[in-house]
This record gives sequence, C-alpha cells and structure tokens, in this order.
Amino acid sequence: MSQDSSGPHVSANALPQGDAAPGDEHAGFDIASGIRGYLIGLVLAVGLSAVSFYIARSTIVWAPSIPIALSVLAIAQMGVHLVFFLHITTGKDSVNNVLALAFGILIVMLLVFGSLWIISNLNHNMLPMEQIMNMQR
Amino acid sequence: MSAHAPSAQAHEGYRFARADELHPHDKRVIVGYGFWIWLISDIILFSAFFATFAVLSENTDGGPSGRELFSVTTVAIETACLLFSSFTCGIAMIGAHAQNRAMYYWGMAVTFVLGLAFLGIEIHEFSELIAEGAGPTRSGFLSSFFALVGCHGLHVTAGLLWLLTMVAQVWAKGFREDIQRRLLCFGLFWHTLDIIWVGLFSLVYLVGVAPQ
Amino acid sequence: MFGKLSWAAIPFHQPIIMVTSGVVALVLTSVIVWVIVKGHLPYLWREWITSVDHKKIGVMYVILAMVMLLRGFSDAIMMRAQQALAYGADGFLPPEHYNQVFSAHGTIMIFFVAMPFVIGLMNLVVPLQLGERDVAFPTLNSVGFWLTATGALLVNISLFIGEFARTGWLPYPPLSELNYSPGVGVDYYLWSLQISGIGTLLSGVNLVTTVLKMRAPGMTYMRMPMFCWTTLASNLLIVAAFPILTATLAMLLLDRYLGFHFFTNDGGGNLMMFMNLIWAWGHPEVYILVLPAFGVFSEVFSTFSQKPLFGYRSMVIATMAICVLSFMVWLHHFFTMGAGANVNAIFGIASMIIAVPTGVKVYNWLFTMYGGRVVFSAPILWGIGFVVTFVIGGLTGVLLAVPPADFVLHNSLFLVAHFHNVIIGGVLFGAFAGYQYWFPKAFGFKLHEGLGKAAFWFWITGFYLAFMPLYVVGLMGMTRRMQHYDVAAWHPWILAAAGGAVLIAIGIGCQIAQLIVSIRHREALRDVTGDPWNGRTLEWATASPPPLFNFAVIPHIEGEEAYWRAKQRALEQTRLRDEPEYESIEMPRNSPTGFICAFFATILGFSLIWHIWWLVVLGFIGAWGTFVVFAWRDHHEEVIPAETVARLDRANRSARTQRIAELGASS
Repeated sequence: MSQDSSGPHVSANALPQGDAAPGDEHAGFDIASGIRGYLIGLVLAVGLSAVSFYIARSTIVWAPSIPIALSVLAIAQMGVHLVFFLHITTGKDSVNNVLALAFGILIVMLLVFGSLWIISNLNHNMLPMEQIMNMQR
Repeated sequence: MSAHAPSAQAHEGYRFARADELHPHDKRVIVGYGFWIWLISDIILFSAFFATFAVLSENTDGGPSGRELFSVTTVAIETACLLFSSFTCGIAMIGAHAQNRAMYYWGMAVTFVLGLAFLGIEIHEFSELIAEGAGPTRSGFLSSFFALVGCHGLHVTAGLLWLLTMVAQVWAKGFREDIQRRLLCFGLFWHTLDIIWVGLFSLVYLVGVAPQ
Repeated sequence: MFGKLSWAAIPFHQPIIMVTSGVVALVLTSVIVWVIVKGHLPYLWREWITSVDHKKIGVMYVILAMVMLLRGFSDAIMMRAQQALAYGADGFLPPEHYNQVFSAHGTIMIFFVAMPFVIGLMNLVVPLQLGERDVAFPTLNSVGFWLTATGALLVNISLFIGEFARTGWLPYPPLSELNYSPGVGVDYYLWSLQISGIGTLLSGVNLVTTVLKMRAPGMTYMRMPMFCWTTLASNLLIVAAFPILTATLAMLLLDRYLGFHFFTNDGGGNLMMFMNLIWAWGHPEVYILVLPAFGVFSEVFSTFSQKPLFGYRSMVIATMAICVLSFMVWLHHFFTMGAGANVNAIFGIASMIIAVPTGVKVYNWLFTMYGGRVVFSAPILWGIGFVVTFVIGGLTGVLLAVPPADFVLHNSLFLVAHFHNVIIGGVLFGAFAGYQYWFPKAFGFKLHEGLGKAAFWFWITGFYLAFMPLYVVGLMGMTRRMQHYDVAAWHPWILAAAGGAVLIAIGIGCQIAQLIVSIRHREALRDVTGDPWNGRTLEWATASPPPLFNFAVIPHIEGEEAYWRAKQRALEQTRLRDEPEYESIEMPRNSPTGFICAFFATILGFSLIWHIWWLVVLGFIGAWGTFVVFAWRDHHEEVIPAETVARLDRANRSARTQRIAELGASS
C-alpha cells in the first residue's frame, strides 16, 4: 500500500524540513561573498537599465519593436534581481518558492494579456463612448 | 513498544514523533514563505493596476499623453535611487545576518535616504503634473498612471515607515530571532518594490516616450 | 464636523427598516446585557475574543456565517414575497428599497455567509488533519477573522444609518459611479469589502503556508486528506484573486472620492474594464467557495461509506486542474457585452473544459459509495443531495457556457437559478454537511440526527421548489431583479418559488431547533471518545473538543489513512499503543490585536463612508498603532506544563480504551 517508509529517506518533494526561506542566502556564506553577490547584481542591473534608457531615446532599434525590446530587458533585469538580490535558486530546497512565483507570474500574464485582448476586442466592436452618450441625449 | 505480529505490507498508521524529528519547523522558513506568498498577491495587485493602465493608455480624452508629460531624466534619477537603495538594503541584511551593527545601521540609513529621495522626486513630479492640468482627474490614461505609479509610491512610503520601525527594533532589542525574521521579510519587500519599478520605468515611462 | 452624517441618515420614514432595526437592537442589547450580568465577559474575552486558537477562530467564523445566513435569508424571503405579490401590482417594497434588498442579499450571502463558512471549516479542521498544533500565523488568523466581522458589521449598520448599494452585489459602473449613485450605499459596500478582503487575504496566506510548510513528519503531499488538498487549492485562489478585487474596488473608490476616470462615461474611462476585472476575481471566487465543499464531501463520502476515497490521485490532479483553469474562463460572465465571436468562443470552450475535472470528482465520490457499507447519516444525505443538485446546476452552467445560448439567457432568472443551484447545492450543502460532521469535534457532543435529517429534507425540497420554476420562467424571458411584472404566464411559477422559500425557512427552523435541542441534550449526545463517526483522518485521533495543543505528541505518519490504520491495529490488539513520554508544550499566547485592530477598522470604514476626515486619521493611526504595539511584544508564547498535557491525554486514552473493550466484548 505505501511505498514511503519512515525515517530519513522520505521522498524529497514532500516534507518542508530542509527548505530554504525565500530571500535567504545559502548557509555558510560570509560577508565578502555576500557583498560580492549584491555588487554583481547591481552592476548587471545598472547595465540593463542603461541599455533600456538608451534604446528608448535613440533610433538604433526599429521603432515598432522597441516595446518588445524593453520588455525583454525588463524581464532580464527582474531575473537579475531575483537571483542576486532575492537569492531565488532552482535548488531542491527552493521548489516551493519557485512554484509560488511561477503561479503568480501565470496569473499576472493571464490578467494582463487577457484584459488587453478582451478590451481591445471590445473597443474594436463597440462604438466609442462619446457616440453612445450622444445617442442617449 | 507493543508486541504484535508485524504485517509485511501494511503500515502501522503512525507512531509518536521523536523530538529530533520535530525540527521546530524552522520558523524562519515558515515566516519567510508566508511573506513570499503575500508578496505574490501584492504583485498581482500591481498587475491589476498595470492591466488597467495598459487598457487605458490611449484614453487621453484629448488631453496630454505620456510623450508630452514624462521626463526621462527624472525617471533615470528615480531608477538610480531605487536600484542603489536595493543594493544598500542588501548590505544592511548582510550586516544583520552577521550581527554587525555598523553595517546594518549604515546600510539602512543610506537605503532610507535613497528611498526618501525617490519619493521626493516622485511627489514633485506628481505635483507638477497636477499643476499643469495633467492630474488624475483629467483622463482615463492619467487616472490609471497616477494610480499605478502612486500605488508603488504608497508601497515605498510604507516600506520607509517599516524601515524606521526595524531600525528602532534592532536598537531597542538587538538582533533577536523574531526581529531577524522581520528583517528577512523587509528585505524581500524592498527588493520586490525595485523589481516592480523595473516594470514601471520600462513599460510605463520608456514605452510612453519611445519613438513610434 | 461629522461629514455627510446627520439625523437624516436614519430612515425614520421606512417602517420595515425601523421595526427591523428596533428588533435587532433589542436582541443585541439583551444578549450583551445578559452576558455582562451573568459574568461571562471575562470568559468570552479570554477564551474567544482574544483567542488565537485556530479551532476557536474557525468556530467564530462559522457562527458569523450562520448569523448572517439569517439576515441574507430574510432578504430572500422579502424578494420572493415581493415578486409573488407584484404581478400587475406594486408589491410592498418600493423600487429603491427592493434594489437595496437584492444587493444586500447577494453581498451578504457571498461575502459574509459562504466565505466565512468555508474558511471557518478549513481553519477548524486543517491543522488537526495535518497532525499540527496550529496554523502558520495564529495572531494574523485572529486579525483576519475580526476584519471579516468588521465588514459584516458595516453592511448591517447600513440598514439603519444611511442606505445600502442599489447596484446589485457587483456594483457595475456607470450606475455605481458618483453621478448615478450619489448616496453612501455604494461606499458602504466598497469599504466593507475592502476591509473584509484584507481579512480574507490574510486567511489565504495563512492556510497556504500551513498546508505547504507545516505538516506532521512523514505526512507527504500524497498522504494528506483530500480536504487539505482542496484547502490548498482554494487558498491559492484566494491569494491570487483577492488582490484583483482589492484593486478594482480601489479604482471605483478613486472614481467616487477623487474624481478619477477609470470607469466613468466621460473623460476616457472604460466601464467594461470594471466588468473584466471584477469577473477575473469573480470566477475564481466561486471556486474558492466550492472547492472546500468538495473537500468536505470527499471526507463525508469516505467516512460514511466506510471505504477509502476512490481515486485519490485523480482527485488531487482534478483539484489542482480546477485551481488553474478557474483563471481562464472569466469572460463567460459577460459574453453579451461586446467582445467578438472568437473571444467568446475561446472562453466558452474553456468553460466547458473546466467541467471535466469536476465530473471526475463526481464519479470518484460515486465510486467511493459503490461497494461500501453506506451509513445514511445526515452528512451523507447532504452529500447525496449535493451530487444530484450540483450536477443539474453544472449542466445548466455548461449550457450557459455556449455563447449563443447565453445571449438569450444572460441576466435572466435562468442564470439566477443556475448559480443558486450550484452555490446552494454545492457550497451550502457542503457547509451544512461539514457543520454536522465536525460539530462534535468542535464542541464534544453530536447534533441531533433526526432534526438534521428533517432540515435536509426541507432544504432540498424547498430548494427545488424555489429554483426549478426560476429556470422555467427564465426560459420564458423573465429578467432578474424585477420589482414588478405583468406577464401572466410567469405568475404561477413565481408563486411556486415563494412556496419553496417557505419550505427552506422551515428547514432553517429545523436547524435552529436542532442546535437548541442538541445543547439541551448534550449529555445524551456526548462524543466520549473523540471519534463519533468511526473516522479515517487524524482529527478523529484527538479528544472532542481537542485540547489547546491538539496532539499530546505530534504523530509521525507512516502511510496513507494513518489514523484508520492505527485504529485497526488497536482494535486487533484490543489495546491502545503505549502511553508516550509527555513533555511541556509551547503554544502562542492569546492577543487582543485582532479585536482592537478591527475596532479601529470599523471606525476607519464608517468615517470614510461618511466623509468624517478627522476620524479617518484617528482610525488609521489606531489600526497601525495596534500593529506596532503587537510587534513590540517580547513574550509570544505560553507553556503548557507536561502534567496538564498528560492529564488531558490520559482522560481521552481511558475513554478510548473503554470503547475498545466495549467493541471487543460485543463482537
């Protein structure tokens, strides 16, 4: 009936003991390596921000694709923040943290892109509001 | 324990856990995870405002649009303030972990100053917009802009108040375990605010002023 | 000085409200006076109001739900009576009053009956089922409950100070905007829900963390009871969906208070965005309500068929699938509002797909009963009634998911019948089953079985009589929320529906009688061992009611249905396992934080509604100050000495030993 036995070999994805708190660095870090991590993150983030500001003000990128380029850079920078500032890893002790984040991102995507799709579809099919209001007068 | 004929396949249901198996649930993990879940909900809150902004971004009602209103220099300075404050917050957290008071207090102090600078610049930006007739009551676009960016600003304000409280707590009670747990949460909060700002400056301001 | 508040806010000219308010004030005052005079206040303060015990908080949630059920049902009786009388006539409720009645009915039933009921059951049961001592954040749990109570209080205050919203339970703009609803009604609605929404969110965070991070050693995910899985799914939805509600109501508040243009007709507002966002919350909300009910039925069917739940794995997958899919169907609530055919089609298909995992669950429940030795107790009656009723409601839902059909049926009484079908047949029946099932665990004595069955039969026949005619009349074209009508063909059906409401009222009367009778006869109904139903999950391993610390020693789980297996072993050997080594236990201290925070939240909400700005500032400072004071606390825990633990546990052990002996002697 049960394959799991008691004792220390309980199935890995089951028990919360040994999980890492989100935001915690791995055990055994020292001040120097800690600062180095944040410094690398800062440099990367500054770099990505600078690129974003640059392409938004120049003509180096084809204009209609600028929003996509900015989105990609933003996602990259968010990733830098997650890894270097929030210490989110893909280790086994971080599964719950990553899953929760992934769930959140899914909902955000559904909400934002769903709303954009629905409302633009509506706007396309419906008269503008001023016209509807004028019809009622 | 009790004498019985052990059945090879079936298990006994449960036994009493030993003290070493109870790991007192590492409160830090529980508190950190709970806060993380709340933070995810807060991100979804922002995304609702963001979705509304995206939908209303063209609804200027004949009034000014982002292209006319946004100052890229201002946004760049705000971005630098918040980004560096995230870095100094990290330093403060390292100081707390190492129980190094100097590192902690200096880190928190600089974080506070940078955060306050961000807020000051943003309040100035808002009051200028309102003064020139581009306040939140002007159009749907401006309503959603003020709400989205303002929501972030309110979170930063709450964060600064929280920061002061955490400095006071460490000063009064030292690096006690429960205070360390709250600092873990504060760090998560402050960094997440910067993550949200990345989205805001990229997709609200820069997209708004980019060539079309 | 007092903002918009004046003596004119009290509706002296409306006799129904004045009489009701008078009666409520009288009852409330008598209860409070009785409590104080009899000296129960210190006990109430110490044991209940400042309690951070998940069991007590769960009970208080359920009490709130049942009291508000009476208020929401009174609204329902008034609506049915009005519609029965208003054929070619005015009825007794003028339109501006009738509109408030149906708005209050929906708001109260969803937010202050269904939500607290399921949250209460989850709070009461989940830590026990997980082999734990409490939820992850006990004090936050208390705050969450009291904030919910604040919301309920504000809605009820609107009855006799001011007015309630007239917009329906979801305040669609532009009607809910300031120019079309200039009174305080919509503001009562908005602030009440914003405050209780915070409470709900706290509960969501709490239960997600509890299920994912606090389980007894050895309890892997696949050894959790099904109720804990549905708790996880439901609370993940709370965490994901309630921020959307908060944001959307905040936008409407900004429109009303500060002149923003989110949803206005002019200034570039887009009122459809309100519908879009509110239903992006609203659809997950109904799954938040029904998933715990599904969990209750999984427990009930298994226990009373005396069989393990059929298809546990597929149940888990179905539950998590529903959790994710519930975020992909929300447009089906506004098919008719202007989106094109392709958008409607995608969401229509998604709405049909989400019926599949629910179907899997229904088959699993049926197969649980099949081959079992079914005990036809009151809880399983609710379960069988649920299967039949909910399937019908689900079928009408799948019909409504077809956009062309919905174009005819949207906002008709067909829709009203459908959602009452699934909410009453699903959520309410599940709540009542859970109430009957876990009452002995909470209070130490069972509810009277006969009256429970009578209540069920009156409820189910009343439900069918009240709502099946509404399907018919909806197909005939009757719109929802009608204050009067003159179509002769509808009248007999509406009369039948009123008759159904009467039967339901009798059912509620049976439930009230059941409670009174059970308390009177509690010694005869006493649950001596803590396991009155021959249960299979860990909550039945504790005494009824459990001690504060739940388990004297935390169990180490060895496999599925751990309690059932341990019980079988004990019955085989006709003895309990050896006594454990008792140690002292640390439990979180009680705290008035929740109650005090809610007190200030009530002041804050009331002063925001009536524009009393100086009071707003005070209320805000008070609420925030409460938290800072709480954060400054040095002693978070109190110790329960080992002797107390031993004494309580030994009492339960001797009761169980006696029961084993009785069972051994009779076999």
